[in-house]
Amino acid sequence: MVERIPNGGWLALSLLAALLFWTILSLIPSTSRSFPNIFLVTESIGTMMQRGVFWKDITSSLISVTSGFSIGFILSLPVAIVMAWYKPVRFIIEPWIQFIRNIPPLAYVPLVVISAGVGRTPQIIVITIATFLIMSITIYQGIKNIDPTLIKAAKVLGARDRDIFMKVVAPASLPFIITAIRLGTAVGLTSLIAAESTGAQAGLGMRIRALSNTFESSPMLLYIIIIGIIGLIFERLVKLLERRLTGWQEKRDV
Amino acid sequence: MAGETRRVKVKIDQVKKVFDSRNGEVVALNGVDLDIHENEFVTVVGPSGCGKSTLLNIIAGLEKPTSGVVRCDGKEITGTGTERGVVFQQYALFPWLTVKGNVQFGLNLQGIKGKKADEIANKYIKLVDLQDFVNHYPKELSGGMKQRVAIARAYAANPSVLLMDEPFGALDAQTRTQLQEELLHTWDSEQKTCFFITHDVEEAILLGQKVVIMSARPGRIKEVVDVKISYPRNQETRMTQEFLDVKNYVWGQVYQEYLAVRK
Ligand SMILES: Nc1ncnc2c1ncn2[C@@H]1O[C@H](COP(=O)(O)OP(=O)(O)OP(=O)(O)O)[C@@H](O)[C@H]1O
Ligand SMILES: [Mg+2]
Repeated sequence: MVERIPNGGWLALSLLAALLFWTILSLIPSTSRSFPNIFLVTESIGTMMQRGVFWKDITSSLISVTSGFSIGFILSLPVAIVMAWYKPVRFIIEPWIQFIRNIPPLAYVPLVVISAGVGRTPQIIVITIATFLIMSITIYQGIKNIDPTLIKAAKVLGARDRDIFMKVVAPASLPFIITAIRLGTAVGLTSLIAAESTGAQAGLGMRIRALSNTFESSPMLLYIIIIGIIGLIFERLVKLLERRLTGWQEKRDV
Repeated sequence: MAGETRRVKVKIDQVKKVFDSRNGEVVALNGVDLDIHENEFVTVVGPSGCGKSTLLNIIAGLEKPTSGVVRCDGKEITGTGTERGVVFQQYALFPWLTVKGNVQFGLNLQGIKGKKADEIANKYIKLVDLQDFVNHYPKELSGGMKQRVAIARAYAANPSVLLMDEPFGALDAQTRTQLQEELLHTWDSEQKTCFFITHDVEEAILLGQKVVIMSARPGRIKEVVDVKISYPRNQETRMTQEFLDVKNYVWGQVYQEYLAVRK
C-alpha cells in the first residue's frame, strides 16, 4: 500500500496535512493571532507589494546571503586546506573556529556594527563570519578524513605532492565541499535575522522585526514562509550540484 | 634451477624497523635479509603483526627502514618509484574515476595520454576480463572486480616489481581461487617480479616459487622454502602429493610461530 503511492502523491499529502494543521491553529482562539489563516497570509503579499517593500526585501536578503556566503566559501577553502596540510596552523586556528562557531551571530552583531557601521557591509560581514566558520571546519574535516591508502596508491603510481593535491585531495574532498555548501547556505539563512538587525534598510529578517512592533502577524508569517522556501530552493540547487559532481560516490541513503 | 642464476632484483640487507608508538618502541622488523630475483614469484607468510606489511611498505618506498638498506636494481630505495607497483588489500581505487580512469592514472602521471593511454588501459582491462565495465565507477563493481581493476592499474603503469599485500584477503573463496589463477596467468605473460603477502599458506604455495616464512615479532625471516612444483599451476595442483607435502611442512613452521605469538 505504502509503496503504491508515488512520490508526488506523498508530497501532496504532506502539504495537505500541513495546511490542515495550519487551519486548526488559525481556528483555536489562543493560537489564531499568531497563525492567521492561509487567505489572510496570501492577501498580505498584496499589502507588502503596495507598500513597495516585497521585492526589495527579498532581493536585499538574497544579496546579503549570497555575497556573505560566497565570501565565506572563498575564504574557507584555503583555510581548510592549510589547516589540513600544516599541523601548527591547525593547532593554532582550529580551537578558535570551534569556539566562535558556538556563539550565536546575534551576540556579536553589535561589535560588527561598531566597526563596520550600518548598511550592507555589516550584514555581509555577519553572514560571512557564520558561513566561513561552519564551512572551513567541514571542509577541513573532510580533507583530514581522506583515506590515506588513496594517497599511498597515488604515490606508488608516481604522483608527486602537486599531483596528490590536484588528483586525489581535490576530488576526494568534493563531497565534503558540497556538504559544506549545504551547511553554509543553511547557516547563511539562519543568521539572516541577526545580520539584518544591523540597522538594515530592507530585508526579510529586518522586516519581520519591524512588523513585530505593529503585531502584523499575516505578513510576518508570509515572510517566515518565504525564508523557508528560499532555504528549500538552496537545498535543491545543492542537490543538483551534488548529483552532477559526485555521482561517483557510494550511495548513503538518508 | 633457473632461479639460482637469475639476477637479484630486490636486495634486502639487514633491515630493521622500529616504530615509536604511545606505548613505547615497537620493533617491527629486526635484521631482515632477503634476495628477490628477477621475475621471481615470492610469497610471504607469517603470524599477524610480524611485520609483513612493514617490509612491503619499505620495499615500496612508503616507509623508511630504521637501519639497513633495500636496493632495487642495485639502487638504494629512498622513496616510491614507478618501477615498483603496489596492490593493496583494500583495493584503494579512486572512487571518482571510472575503471578506465583508474587504470590510466599512473600512465597519465608518466605523461602517457590520449590514444596511447587508451590502448594500454584497454589491454590490461581486457587482461583482467573487465572490458564490459570500462566506464563503470568502483561503486558499481563487486569486491573481486575492484581488485581486478587494482591489478590492472598496477600492471598498466608497467612496474618491474609488483608488491601485493594480501590482495585477495577480503574476497570469498571462489573469487579468490579465480583471481589466483588469473594472477599466475598474468605473471606468466608479463614476467614481473612478484612479492605477495598472504595469510593463507595454501595460497602462498600455489603461487610462489619461494615461500618466505616470517617469525613472530620482532619480525625476522625464519625460513625460505623453495616450492619446486612446476607451472602452470591451478586448483588441481592443490591435490597433488607434492603440494600436500610442502603444505604440511610450511604449515608446521608457521604454526610454531602462531604458538609463539599466543604465548
Ligand atoms: N605506523 C605504525 N606505528 C606504530 N606501529 C606500527 C605502525 N605500523 C605497524 N606497526 C606495528 O608494527 C608491527 C608489524 O606491523 P605490520 O602491519 O607490518 O604486520 P603484518 O605482518 O602486516 O600484520 P597483518 O598480518 O595483521 O597484516 C605491528 O606490531 C604493528 O603494531
Ligand atoms: Mg599486513
